[in-house]
Amino acid sequence: MSAAAIRETWLVFHHTTRISLRHKVGLLVAAVQPLFFLVLFGPIFATFGDWETLVPGLIVQLGLLSAGLAGFGIVFDWRSGVLERQRVTPASRLALLLGRVLNNAFTLVIQTVLLVAAAYALGLRAPLAGVLAAMVLVVVLGVSLAALSYAAALTLDEYLFAPVMTTAVVPLMLLSGAFLPMSMAPGWLEALSRVSPFRHVLEAMRELFAGHYWNATVATGLAVVVVFTAVSLVIGARVFHRENA
Amino acid sequence: MLTTKGLGKTFKSGVEAVRGVDLHVDEGEIVGFLGPNGAGKTTTMRMLTTLLTPTSGSATVAGHDLLTDPRAIRRRVGYVSQHGGLSPASPAGEELELHAMLYGLPRPAARARVAEVLARLELTGLESTPGAALSGGQQRRFDIAFGLVHDPVLLFLDEPTTGLDPQSRANLWSHVRALREGGTTVFLTTHYLDEADALCDRIVIIDHGVVAAEGTPSQLKSGGRTLDQAFLDITGRSLREEVPA
Ligand SMILES: Nc1ncnc2c1ncn2[C@@H]1O[C@H](COP(=O)(O)OP(=O)(O)OP(=O)(O)O)[C@@H](O)[C@H]1O
Ligand SMILES: [Mg+2]
Repeated sequence: MSAAAIRETWLVFHHTTRISLRHKVGLLVAAVQPLFFLVLFGPIFATFGDWETLVPGLIVQLGLLSAGLAGFGIVFDWRSGVLERQRVTPASRLALLLGRVLNNAFTLVIQTVLLVAAAYALGLRAPLAGVLAAMVLVVVLGVSLAALSYAAALTLDEYLFAPVMTTAVVPLMLLSGAFLPMSMAPGWLEALSRVSPFRHVLEAMRELFAGHYWNATVATGLAVVVVFTAVSLVIGARVFHRENA
Repeated sequence: MLTTKGLGKTFKSGVEAVRGVDLHVDEGEIVGFLGPNGAGKTTTMRMLTTLLTPTSGSATVAGHDLLTDPRAIRRRVGYVSQHGGLSPASPAGEELELHAMLYGLPRPAARARVAEVLARLELTGLESTPGAALSGGQQRRFDIAFGLVHDPVLLFLDEPTTGLDPQSRANLWSHVRALREGGTTVFLTTHYLDEADALCDRIVIIDHGVVAAEGTPSQLKSGGRTLDQAFLDITGRSLREEVPA
């Protein structure tokens, strides 16, 4: 990336983040579902499992519902002509994508902090260092999910995007083992879930929340999320470069 | 300033929107691009502003080759699209500042330039108004501000006055004329013959994706016919009626 493209990415990030922070209700909306799970399902889960297992699952759920549905924002920008207007400037098209995607990742971090804070109040006892390390995974996960979401939004028929995406997040959530660890699943389901990158990221987060900072699970999770992000960004950038996008 | 040779665009759907257009615009001219709905005006403009890749022909825009150096063109031209590019929810002034910075201006220079352009278009004081809360005429002038904020040598205006009341139209005309006095070349589309007559040095009529006629307003009106009659004679239909299927 050139220096100009980095500057443009920063400008778009700064601008879109200023808008997100102004709409505080919008920030909360995506976090509401995981908070419901935390408050209304967490106490049941805590009778046989622990909060350090549940909360990373809710973070993945949050990622899917927040960054995973970020495509709605690009649909607005596309419909209002903002995207086309920015595409006639000399700014790098990758920067127009990355700046937005980083805003979605930043938004996800704020929402995650809220969720984790609420979880501490209810009984979570994860070490701070583990939570901070997990945040790195959250940022990378947010970037990849948002990039994929944009690609889907700009590819699918605009009336299909909402039903397709809101439906797609449900199996992705369940297969990651967000609510119940996949070790409890029958063989075929367990095998299927291994295909999902979210499962590996989630298991890495659970290790970090348990205070295990470096082992094979963490390394796998990290490797999976890096590859997944690279692939997502390539797909997102391709769609952003396409004409009519 | 602008030369095209056999410029054409066939969409993937098979629609031949533009079928070999030859255009020439000199520096400092205001040229009107007239044609009925679906004639190919917007498609031509989107090719000339690098948003669409032509499927045939070539063009030189603002001194650069369209096919090999699109980014240099983006730096030097401004584009105001038919439907505008205001964000409905965020302050128009902030959007404009970001837009200026995407052209490479540092923030202080962008601010100064935004203030200057807004003053010129009589929009001062509306910086913090979101796009959706501006009147139609104000929105259109903001759209033009986006096209002008980097001081382009060539400005493309796609139907700048459609939907405006007569007073706002006349007001916009005076802004366009002022641009020419400042040395900017203007290429605009319109459905209004009186507009082309009042504003343009030359008129190019496009129909079914090809140039049907061109000349100064007085050349086209030769033989005592009105521009409306000339248009009807050339295209076999009237400008403002929808084409029957
Ligand atoms: N993205 C696209 N994909 C497929 N066909 C398109 C696309 N954009 C335009 N067309 C078709 O190309 C033709 C020319 O459209 P264009 O928008 O250039 O016309 P126009 O002269 O600007 O019309 P109007 O006066 O209504 O704005 C039309 O038949 C239109 O349906
Ligand atoms: Mg048009």
